[in-house]
Amino acid sequence: MTTTRTRTRGSRSPFASFGLHATLVVASVIAVFPVLWILLTSLKPAQHAITTDFVKEPTLSNYTYLLESSHFLDWFLNSVLVAGVTTVLGVFIAATTGYAVSRFKFPGMKPLMWTLLITQMFPMAILIVPLYNLMGQLGLLNQPVGLIITYLTIAVPFCAWMMKGFFDTIPVEIDESGRVDGLNPFGTFWRLILPLAKPGLAVTGFYAFITAWGEVAYASAFMVGEENLTLAGGLQTFVTQYTSNWGAMSAASVLIAIPAAIFFVFAQRHLVAGMTAGATKG
Amino acid sequence: MAADTSQSVVKAADDGVGNDSAVRGRSRWTDSGNTGNTRNTGGLRRALATHWYAWAMVAPVVLVLGVIIGWPLVRGIYLSLTDANERNVARDIGARHIDATYEFIGLDNYAAVLGDPVFLQRLVWTVVWTVACVSITFVLGLTLANMLNRQFRGRAAYRMALILPWAVPGFVSVFAWRFLFNRDNGILNKVLDGGGIAAVPWLDDPTWAKFSVIAVNVWLGIPFMMVAILGGLQSIPGELYEAAEMDGASAWQRFRHITLPGLRTVSMTVILLSTIWTFNMFPVIFLLTRGGPGDSTEILVTQAFREAFITSPRDFAVSATWGVLILLLLMIFALVYRRSLRKQGEVW
Repeated sequence: MTTTRTRTRGSRSPFASFGLHATLVVASVIAVFPVLWILLTSLKPAQHAITTDFVKEPTLSNYTYLLESSHFLDWFLNSVLVAGVTTVLGVFIAATTGYAVSRFKFPGMKPLMWTLLITQMFPMAILIVPLYNLMGQLGLLNQPVGLIITYLTIAVPFCAWMMKGFFDTIPVEIDESGRVDGLNPFGTFWRLILPLAKPGLAVTGFYAFITAWGEVAYASAFMVGEENLTLAGGLQTFVTQYTSNWGAMSAASVLIAIPAAIFFVFAQRHLVAGMTAGATKG
Repeated sequence: MAADTSQSVVKAADDGVGNDSAVRGRSRWTDSGNTGNTRNTGGLRRALATHWYAWAMVAPVVLVLGVIIGWPLVRGIYLSLTDANERNVARDIGARHIDATYEFIGLDNYAAVLGDPVFLQRLVWTVVWTVACVSITFVLGLTLANMLNRQFRGRAAYRMALILPWAVPGFVSVFAWRFLFNRDNGILNKVLDGGGIAAVPWLDDPTWAKFSVIAVNVWLGIPFMMVAILGGLQSIPGELYEAAEMDGASAWQRFRHITLPGLRTVSMTVILLSTIWTFNMFPVIFLLTRGGPGDSTEILVTQAFREAFITSPRDFAVSATWGVLILLLLMIFALVYRRSLRKQGEVW
C-alpha cells in the first residue's frame, strides 16, 4: 500500500499539485475567515467594530463590558445548567436501551428502533406548541426545568441511537464470557460493557451537550426576560432591528465557541463513526 | 403471539435474517414440546421470562418518550383540530386562572392552510432550499474529502481549518455571517466597495437573501459531510486502486468505478441525515433573516414557529397544523427512502 501511495504521489504533476493546494487554501480561508473575523472584532474597541482593519487598538474592553454590564454570566450559567442536566439525564436514561437494542432481539424491538429513528427527524415545529402549552399549564415556562424536559425530547432518542452504534462495536464475545461466568444481562452490561463503552458514552454525552448548548428555537420561544435566557437567546439581544452591538456580540461569540471548539478537537472522529454506524447497521 | 417471536438471544454481530428464523423455529419447537395447556398465557409468561430484562432495559426510554414526546404529539394533533390561540387557551393572569375555551373545529385549519397559496410557496422554497443545500454540500464535501485523502504536506492543517465551522456552535456562526453580510458595515460589502463594486444587499433582497441563507448553510454543513466521506474513502481498500491503475484506468474511471461505489453506504446515510437536518433547519433562517425580507426565505418550520410565537395574536392551532403537515411530509420522505433502500436489498 505504501508503494501505491508513493507512486500516486510521484505521478502528480506540479500543476496538479498547485491546483490541489490552491483549492484547499481557498476553501480553508472561507472556512476560517468568519470565525477569525469575529475573534479579531472582539478584540477591537466597540466603536471600531465595523472597521476593516484586522487589528485596531487591541483591547479586552468588549469582554469586560460583557462580564460586568450584561447578563452574559447568567446566560452562560443557564446554558451550562440546562445542557449539563440534559446530557446526564439523556445518557443515563438511554444507555440501557442502546445496549438492549444492540444485543437482544425482543418483541417490540423493530417498532422501538423505528420510533427512535423517527423521533430524531421530528421537526421542533410539531412539538413546540403542545410543549409550550403544557409548560405554561405546569408553570415551567421561563424555568430551566421546562427547557431540560424539552431538550430531553431531542437528547433521549438521539443518545439511545448513538449508543447503540457504540455498543455494536464491542464484540459480543465479551457478553458471552460474562454469561459463562454467571452474570445476568444487567451484570454483563454494568460490569463488562459499560466500562468498555466509556469513550462512546463520553462522545454521546458531549454531543448531547453541544446540541442543547446550541439549540435556538425552544430557547427563543420558552425563555423570556433578560436574566432567564440561555446563550442562544442572549446572543440575539445584542443584534436586533434597532441596535447592533457588534463588539459585545463578537466577544460573547468567542466565549461561547471556545468550550465547544475544544471538545470538538477531541471528539469529532468518534462523532461521525457514532452517527453513521447507528444508521447503516440494522 | 409472543411465542412466535424469537428468544432474547445474544445477537451475533453479523446476525441476519436466516439466523433469526432459525432461532424462531427452535423456540416454536420448544413451545409445542413443553406447553400442552393454555398455549397463549404460557407463551406470554415464557416471553416475559425470556424478555423481561430486555424490556426492563428499554422501559426508561419508552416511558420517557411516551410522556414527553407521545403525549405532546397527540396533543399537538388535537390542537391542530381546534381554534386554540393566545386568547382562549388555559392561562394564568396574575393569580387568576382562566380555563381554556377553545373548541374542536375539525379539519378547518387544514383546509385553511392547504387552501392558502402560502403553503405551496413555503413548500416549494423549502424543497429548493433542501435540495440546493444538500446537493451543494455533498458535492463540495466529496471534492474536499477526495483532496484530503491524498498524502501531502500540510494535510492535517487543512483538515483542521476545514472542520472549524463544525466546531463552532451553529448560532454563533450564523451571527458571524450576519456581521459579514451587513449591508452598510459588513466586511464583504466593504471589500467589494474597495474593488469598485456596488454594495450587495446580501440579506435585504429576496433573491440575494435566498442565496445567502443557502451559502451559510452549506458552509455549516460541509465539515460533517467531508469528515464522513473521508471516513468512507479510507475504508476503500488501496489494492482496488492499484489493480485499476495496472489495468490502465484513468483517474476519472477510478473515481467513477471504485470511489463512488465504495462510498455508496456512507453517502446514502449522510444524504439522509443532511436532508432531514436541512429540511428542519430552523436557526440559520431564523437568526440570519427571520424569514425575511418579507417572507421570502421562510421555510416550513420557521413558518410554524412564526404562527405560534411571532405573529399576534399567537395562533397555536394553525402552528400545530403546520407542524403536523411537516411531520407528514417527513414521514412520506422516510417511507420513500426506505422503499428505495429495500429495493436495493438493504434493511434500513
